[in-house]
Order: sequence, then C-alpha cells, then structure tokens
Amino acid sequence: MGSAADAARRAESETTRRRWLLSAPALVIIFVAAIGPLFVMLAYSFMTKGDYGDVKPIFSLDGWFSVLLQRDIFDDTLSLADANLIIMWRSLSLSAITTAATLILGFPTAYFIATRPRETREMWVFLVTIPFWTNLLIRTFAMQQVIRNEGILNSLLMWLRVINEPLPIMYTDWAVLFGMVYVYLPLMVLPLYASMEKLDFRLVEAGYDLYAGRLAVLRRVIIPLVKPGIVAGSILVFIPSLGAYVIPRVLGGGKTMMLGNLIELQFGAGRNWPLGAAMSITLMAVVMIALLFYVRNAARAGGGHG
Amino acid sequence: MPEPAVPQGKRVAIEARGIVKEFGQGAGSLRALDNVSVAIRENEFFTLLGPSGCGKTTLLRMIAGFEFPTEGAILLNGEDIAGLPPFKRPINTVFQSYALFPHLTVWENVAFGLQMLGRPKAEIASRVAAMLKLVRMEELAQRRTDQISGGQGQRVALARALAPSPKVLLLDEPLSALDYKLRKEMQIELKRMQHETGITFVFVTHDQEEALTMSDRIAVMSKGRVLQIGAPTDIYDKPADRFVADFIGESNFLPATLLSLSSGVARVKLASGAEIPATVAEGLVPRESVTIVVRPEHARAVREGGQVSGRVENVVYFGTDTHIHVALAGGGTFIVRQQNSRNGVAGFQVGDAAGIEIAADAAQVLRD
Amino acid sequence: MANRFDVRSQPGFGTIAIFTFALLYLPILALVVYAFNGSESLTVWGGLSLRWFVAASQNDAVQDAALRSFIVAIWAAGVATIAATMAAIATTRVAPYRGLAFKYAFINTPLMVPEIVTAVALLIVFSRVKVWTGYSGLGYLILAHTAFCIPFAYLPIRARLESMDASLERAAADLYATPWQAFRRVTLPLLRPGIIAGFMLAFVISLDDVVITEFVKSGGQDTLPTYMLGQIRRTVTPEVNAIATAFLALSILLVTVFFFINRKKA
Repeated sequence: MGSAADAARRAESETTRRRWLLSAPALVIIFVAAIGPLFVMLAYSFMTKGDYGDVKPIFSLDGWFSVLLQRDIFDDTLSLADANLIIMWRSLSLSAITTAATLILGFPTAYFIATRPRETREMWVFLVTIPFWTNLLIRTFAMQQVIRNEGILNSLLMWLRVINEPLPIMYTDWAVLFGMVYVYLPLMVLPLYASMEKLDFRLVEAGYDLYAGRLAVLRRVIIPLVKPGIVAGSILVFIPSLGAYVIPRVLGGGKTMMLGNLIELQFGAGRNWPLGAAMSITLMAVVMIALLFYVRNAARAGGGHG
Repeated sequence: MPEPAVPQGKRVAIEARGIVKEFGQGAGSLRALDNVSVAIRENEFFTLLGPSGCGKTTLLRMIAGFEFPTEGAILLNGEDIAGLPPFKRPINTVFQSYALFPHLTVWENVAFGLQMLGRPKAEIASRVAAMLKLVRMEELAQRRTDQISGGQGQRVALARALAPSPKVLLLDEPLSALDYKLRKEMQIELKRMQHETGITFVFVTHDQEEALTMSDRIAVMSKGRVLQIGAPTDIYDKPADRFVADFIGESNFLPATLLSLSSGVARVKLASGAEIPATVAEGLVPRESVTIVVRPEHARAVREGGQVSGRVENVVYFGTDTHIHVALAGGGTFIVRQQNSRNGVAGFQVGDAAGIEIAADAAQVLRD
Repeated sequence: MANRFDVRSQPGFGTIAIFTFALLYLPILALVVYAFNGSESLTVWGGLSLRWFVAASQNDAVQDAALRSFIVAIWAAGVATIAATMAAIATTRVAPYRGLAFKYAFINTPLMVPEIVTAVALLIVFSRVKVWTGYSGLGYLILAHTAFCIPFAYLPIRARLESMDASLERAAADLYATPWQAFRRVTLPLLRPGIIAGFMLAFVISLDDVVITEFVKSGGQDTLPTYMLGQIRRTVTPEVNAIATAFLALSILLVTVFFFINRKKA
C-alpha cells in the first residue's frame, strides 16, 4: 500500500524540482539585472553622498530628506525643496492631463474601431499597433518636428494667417504634454478596444428600448460595461507618463524637467546618488500604488462579471 | 435473459485494488475515490458508469497513469503498475477530446505510438494501414486532423490507441461529443472493433443507455464508491442500491416489512397489507423494515385487485407506451408503464380508481 | 431608410477617431518626407533626394551603432526567448503550486518598474562591477536587455501554451513517448508560433530601448537609439530623419510579420 503513495510523492517532488530548474534561468537573469539592483539602490538611498558621485558607506537620511526639504548652506535652516516639488508636481499633473487627454481621444477611437465591420476592424487595430511598436524616440523626434518654431504646426498656422510670429511651443510644458499624448495614445486605445470588442450590443439595444437617449446609453450602459478597459488604459498611460524620461528630455529641455530627468540629474551633474536613489524609490512607490489600485479594480470587475 | 458474454473464470486483465484517492491535503482534502476495487477480465467490455464527479474518470486516469493513487494498487496481469509512468504502461487511451495532434496528419497520428516504441518502418506502415482499414479511414490518411469531422476524429483516435496493440484500451466518454445518430453508429462500431481486436475495453460514460447497450459488465459508481458490479441485466433487473435503481431506468420505491428470508428470496409485507416475494442481492442481510424497488414495466394497472391501489393522477402518452401515475392510498406515487397497442392506450382516465399488479419476482430488496 | 436608427453610432465619435488616426500618422509622415529632402535644413524643401540616406549609410558612427544594436538585440532576444520558454512551461497549464504566483510576479516585474528607475539602479551596480572586474564590454548591455526582454517574450509563449490542449501531451505519454520525446514531438512544434512571436517581440523591444541603454552603456557603446538621442540634441540635419526612417521601416516590417503570425494562430 505504501509503494503507491511513495511513488506519488516521489513524482511530485521530482515535478517541483523540474519546475524550479526550468524557471531558474529567467528568475536569475531578472534578479541580477532588474530586481537585485533595486535593492542595492534602496541601500544607497540610506548612505552618504560621495564627493564625485557614488556614495560613502556611512548611514545617512540626507538622501530622503532632500527629496522634499533643503538645508540652507549658510544658516542650516530647513525649508521645502521648491525646485524638486515643482518638478514632482509637474510630473503628476502632466501625467494626469495626459491620461485625461488620451482618454478623450482614445475612447471614441476605440469605439469607432469596435463598431467597424469585422473584416475592416483588424486593419484599424493594426493601424494603432504600428505606432505602438514604433520606437518611442522616433515618435518623440517626429513630434519635435511638428511643434518646433519652423515646424509644420507653426508653418501651417502662419500660412493660414492665424498667427504672425511662430508660437514658441518647444521647451514648454505644452511641448511635453503634446509629446506624451502623442506617444502614449496607442496605450489607451488598445485596452479600451479590447473591452469594447466584447461589448454586447444587445445591451445597448435594450437601453434604447427602455427609453434611454444616445447620451444616456453612453453614460448608463456603455461606459459602465467598458470600465475595466478605461481603468486599464488609464493606468497604462499614467504609469509611463510619470516615469517619462526621453520625452521631456527631447521636447522639454532643461526648463521643463520631469521626475525622470530630475533623477538622472542626481546621477550626473548633481552628483547626489543617495538623493537620486531615494527619488527613484519614491517614483516606484507611486507607480506601485497606482498598480495596486488597478489590480484591485480588475479583480473586482472580474468577480462582478463572472 | 442471456448470460453475460464473458464466461466466468476468465483471467483478470487489470485490477484496481483498494484504491483511495485524495486531492489536496488536511482538512480541505477531497476524497475522489474511496476504497474502490474492480477486477476487469480479459477481452471484456467493461463500463464505469456514474454521474459526473463520481470518480469514474479519476479511476480511468489512474489506470492510464495520469494520476497516482493515495492508497491501493493497480495490477496489470497481477503486477502492480501504480508507480509506472503512462509511457511505460501497455495501456492506451481514447481521450474525451480525442487529443489528436493538430500538427500531424491522420497517418502520423496513428503511427505515433509505434514510432515511440521504436518499431521498424515497414511494420509501422503495415500496422497503420491495417488500423486505418479497421476504422474505415484509409482515404483520409494524409489529411491534417483539423480537416476532418468529429466522427472521423473519433475513428482516428481509436485507430491511434489501438495501433500499438495495448493490453487494455481505455475510453473516456468518447461518444459524448457526437450527435445522437452518429453516437448510435459508433456504439455498434465500437463493439465490432472490440470483437475483432480481442482487446479489453474499459469504457467511461454517464449515459446509462449507452452502458446497458454496449457492456459485458458495468460498475455503477457514485461519490467515489463502486455501488454495484454486474452484467447489464443484473444491474437493471436487480439493482442492489437505491442510487443504482434511481440512476438506471425509472423505479418505484415501496416501504415494506420483512417477514421471512430463504435462499435469496424474501417475503415482504407492503403498507397495503399485501404480501409479495422480493429478491435479495447476494451478501445483503436485510433489516426488518426494508425498501423494495419495482420497475414501471414490471407492473400492470388493473381495474380491480392488485397488491396496492390508488387513484390515477396523470396519464402520459409516449408513443410506444403510456405511463400511468397512480397516487397510492397509503401515500406516494407508483408509475406503471404499459405498452400501447393498435387497440389504443390502457383506457385509464385521470381520477379513475386503479389497482397495481406487481409481476412475480419483479420486486427487489434494496440495500439501505 | 435614410434616417434608419443605428444603435452602434455615437455622434462625433467618428470625427474624433479620424482626428486620432491623423494625429498618429501625420508626424511620422512628416519625418519620413523630410528624410527625402534634398536641402541642408529641415525647414526648406530642396526636392526629392536620397542624399541623407547615403550620408547616413556612409557614416561610421551610424554603422557602428546599427551593428551594435543588432548584436545586442539578437543576443538579448535569443537568451530571453529560451529562458522565457522554459519558464512558461514551468508556470503554464499547471495546478497551482507553491511558488507559482511568486514566479509569475517575478517574471513580470520588469514591466512594472519605471524604466528610468531600473536604469539608474543598473548604473549603480554595473559601474561598481565595471571597476571590480575591469570588464566593460557589451555584456552589461546584453544582460540588462535580456532581463527586460524576458517578460515580453514570455507573454506570447505563455498565451500559446495556455491555448494548447493539455491532453495532447497526455496522449503522447499514453502512446509511449517519454517526457523528452513528448516535448520534442508534440509541445515544441505546437509552441513554435508562440516562440517566434516572443522572439520578435523581444527583438523589437531590445532594438527600441533608449533609457536603460543610455545608463548602462560604457563609453563608445552607442546603439542606434542612443546615437540618435545624442544627434537630436545637437543641430539637426535630415540625416537623423533618414536613420529614423530606416529604423521605422524595419520596425513596421517586424510588427507586420508579428501581426500576421499571431493572426494565423487565432
């Protein structure tokens, strides 16, 4: 009797061992070159900054203090680090506006695609997929050529005699905003489309049947049904916006930095690695909170609709 | 009534002995099989019958080697194979979904097992040809398996499982995906193939009619236990258990008191006061108050007389026969099935008084 | 008939959709058009010309960067695909077991951490390792790229595995195939489209990366994207447009192939 149970146990432990061996390469690589360094960085945020970059292995909370506060070099008084706060506020508000703008453009677009005939729908999706997989830098660069002083937008407006002088858009918050909306738009459209494609239009018909008008059907039937897509799209746009680095660097220049550029600065000219590490962890924490919100929302939506 | 097709005393091909299977551990564990023992004889068409979740598929997977028993042994020709992986067991399976390899042709599917066994090419070619002939699929040998119909897929799955000449063939509800007509055809085909190949078939189904038509013997299972093993006629005419009686065919249950018992036949007294004989299953020691079962076609509705009586509650016409529901004087309903003839139906109307005549040795004492 | 009520339409949505598609494609189109500009400047149209493509292809720095991009992408995508395939087999179509959720979360972590954060974390670690070992070759870039490519390669492979009927491997085992034979003869051939899709996805992701590369690369290790980033900050000539256009063409080609592979499977 025992032999059967033994065989079962042996087979099970063998399976477990094989599964760990199979996963090992992926887990080790990701640990060495993605997750592990995050812990090193966490440790660095509690050390003293070195004179020429790097750190001295002495415990210090200066890095974390400096995220929000600054110490006056003459009288040692603490005050809020205005420059940091402005940049963090810009990161948050620009990311929020980007999310809202992509939603306003993306929702009708996804709906438009989802209501095309089946044969052409794939082509429209494909048209959104191409920019999605096109190099982010190239698309940023393309946007730069549109909004620069001698770019298409200004030339067009001047040709139409709407303006006489080119609008100085480059190196303003507007430039960063345009860039982020442009670059992250596909990230909003694709998940929205995924949930709209599953939308049962008999429910829309039922709405009209029960005396709802176009707007009421949109507000009371369609939007609640595609809410998981709205949440997914918003998170997918908000998170990379918050950590944007290339777009503000190319379009914003030094004047309109975002958190990503501020972090870079600490590892470059700022030579304050602990501060940069603390800021990175702050950024990651905000992202994790947003993701947690998303996961909880998705779990609830999944449970609700079975 | 014919005797089971398998003569007594044939050698046991595969045996499950004292099988216990628990899924999960500790308090949350689920006992899928509870001390199950079956001995399946050589060249037998053996069916595991029961509702979904009764453990029949788990038992089948255990014989195939996809599950390990928590306790007990699986014996193939007397040798315990419970620890062997599936690819070392001379047992093949026809899967419920057929599980045909979509990247291979019909021919390559049937050849797969032989190739894995390292048989010579010439032997594989002739064997595959023979198998395709057996299932009448020679013409579609070069088709991909996603280009054939469900019934054809079924045949390929059979040919593939039979090709390596297994000692035992396991069939996991292989007909459930087919429509009614095709299913009837395949039932006959399966019997033919079993006859031609002489291989032991272990068949899993939840369809009692399928089980009764095809099997030499049936094991009725419920909630991880085997309730009764026997030939189809035994199972139908002499259900040992209330579940078996209820699951297979329709039944009337009557409370009764045991009066006497001699050589497998009891005399029981019904609530109406009538005394009738009732068969007692082997090994069953009935208590004083028992339940007896009577099949609807083993009784007759009459105007006067009968062992029990009541009033007609409902008359349901079925074409070949008519069901007469009689509300018994002592409570409960008794259903009688009567063959229709050219002279019309039995002639009872709702509200008529009716007696019920139970045929001699139609009654069976149930295990509690 | 003209006023037939369409339950699917919403007022103005079509207009916004067309605007969105115009917005998505006009800047790219402008970039491509100026790549064929004969003039020195970006603003003046100097007639149709291939001179900037010629200039770019003869530029040693561009050639080096392009070659480096390919070497890194092929290594990173290749290793990532193998690792992801193995991991997918260990984490897909299995009854939940202890460690499964952990593995899943671990593999997907690179998708969730902002790139700039991973980039500076790698800078911290690798700058120290470079000093310790004295090695400052392409290995760091390949390793970093492999790590963030794994979840991308994992995605389509896992999806493909999940859609595969587990009873196929059981049938193989039933027909005397050992676990290795079942993998070689059944699992792998059926998994192939997923593996190809995973590799291509990883390849494109590696090829496109700017941020992590910018922070991990040693001196003189520009890839095509970091080279372009440097150029964009300086005076811009249509040469950058030409490089970007060529890059774009390659991406579109890969995405198209990927799209059709994935569609055929469905």
